[in-house]
Amino acid sequence: MAVVGITEYAQEQLGDIVYVELPDVGAKMEIGAEAAVVESVKAASEVYAPISGEVSETNAALADDPAKVNADAMGGGWFFKIRIADSAQCESLMDETAYAEYVESLR
Amino acid sequence: MIENPTQELLRTPLDALHRDLGAKMVAFAGYAMPLLYEGIVAEHHHTRAAAALFDVSHMGQARLRSADAVEMLETLVPGDIVGLAAGRMRYTVLTNARGGILDDLIVTAGADHLFLVVNAACKERDFAHIEEKTKARCTLEVLDDRALLALQGPRAADVLARFAPACRGMPFMSAESLSLAGVECFVTRSGYTGEDGFEISAPADEAASLAEALLDVPEVRPAGLGARDTLRLEAGLCLYGSDIDETTTPVEAGLSWVIGRRRRTEGGFPGAGVILGQIADGVARKRVGLRPDGRAPVRAHARIMDSNGESIGEVTSGGFGPSVEAPVAMGYVASAHSAPGTPVTVEVRGKALPATVAKLPFVELRYFKTQR
Repeated sequence: MAVVGITEYAQEQLGDIVYVELPDVGAKMEIGAEAAVVESVKAASEVYAPISGEVSETNAALADDPAKVNADAMGGGWFFKIRIADSAQCESLMDETAYAEYVESLR
Repeated sequence: MIENPTQELLRTPLDALHRDLGAKMVAFAGYAMPLLYEGIVAEHHHTRAAAALFDVSHMGQARLRSADAVEMLETLVPGDIVGLAAGRMRYTVLTNARGGILDDLIVTAGADHLFLVVNAACKERDFAHIEEKTKARCTLEVLDDRALLALQGPRAADVLARFAPACRGMPFMSAESLSLAGVECFVTRSGYTGEDGFEISAPADEAASLAEALLDVPEVRPAGLGARDTLRLEAGLCLYGSDIDETTTPVEAGLSWVIGRRRRTEGGFPGAGVILGQIADGVARKRVGLRPDGRAPVRAHARIMDSNGESIGEVTSGGFGPSVEAPVAMGYVASAHSAPGTPVTVEVRGKALPATVAKLPFVELRYFKTQR
């Protein structure tokens, strides 16, 4: 099981989030496919599936309170949960330290 | 009109101040401009609740001089400029021969000139056009040594009165020369937010110190282009290049009120045949407000459809309205579908989202009304 959302850095870059379009529960997605859309005041941005699998749950709280993503991106502002189809795909993802270094390199 | 930021950008006289204030800068109409400081929604709410300071120095400022300036400008715009008293101002449009809009602008009557404020993205073309068409009898003085600040919100008059008490009595759409914090300014009671407020033209080299003095007032916070866009959208005001352009006429855009009564009989402006014909006979499409159901914003270029799924138009501006607390948009629809309350759908990411044609503006306009 994986919990998918956007990072603290991403919410900061997007600014005030006003709407999140989530996938349907039961949807099967391929790694890299468009999985969700996050709308800030200024623009819509796509969120891509970080791994393949089946959506098992979506964060219903975001429908009424999309600003939760700004307040707590990596906690209460999660987007959806996915049943991992191929755990080997997890190897290609950055861990938190590597991501922090990557973000630092962008600043 | 947010562009590739790698090109060499022009900087406004407040550039260093924006960076000191922590602004997120973006490229807009060839300038590095502040998109936001603390956040678009917070800046939007602060403008509607108190007072916000915007840098709009990218806009074009000019003076058209000569005894004939008024008559000469009337050959380019459908507004009644002859009837504009000294110290009063009017929103108008430069039209082309097809009745399309080359730009929208504000014209203020000075004692011996007309003061023009035009859009940043159009200013070179506008000024070349005005100069070309009026040079036989007028001089166009482009004021590229002046900054333009907008102080907007219900507390704007209280704030500005600390510097110049005379500003309190200024009628909406009027102008005064005022000294603010030791800076000689040309101040108009106008804006682009739907709130009371002022636009302040100041010499470029003194603009930053004036802006700092205004920002030192506790009620005032800086606001960027992001909030400027959400505020004007809620106020139902057109953004040139999105809601109006060379292919839209003032009548289609719901701007027939810019065509002065005398000009409706006399004509004498570019595209008068088309525009006066549309006033008489109606138009095939009209600019309308749209209120999408639900929370998903609809944005520019989304297709608008009737209840049978037939295309009836396109969204020209749209997003989330922080004061409305819901998505708001505007666009053009076939006139048969333009009545407020008409149900339509808008295509967003392949889905037809229900929406309703709505009256503009989306918020109550709170321009200053002179006490009688």
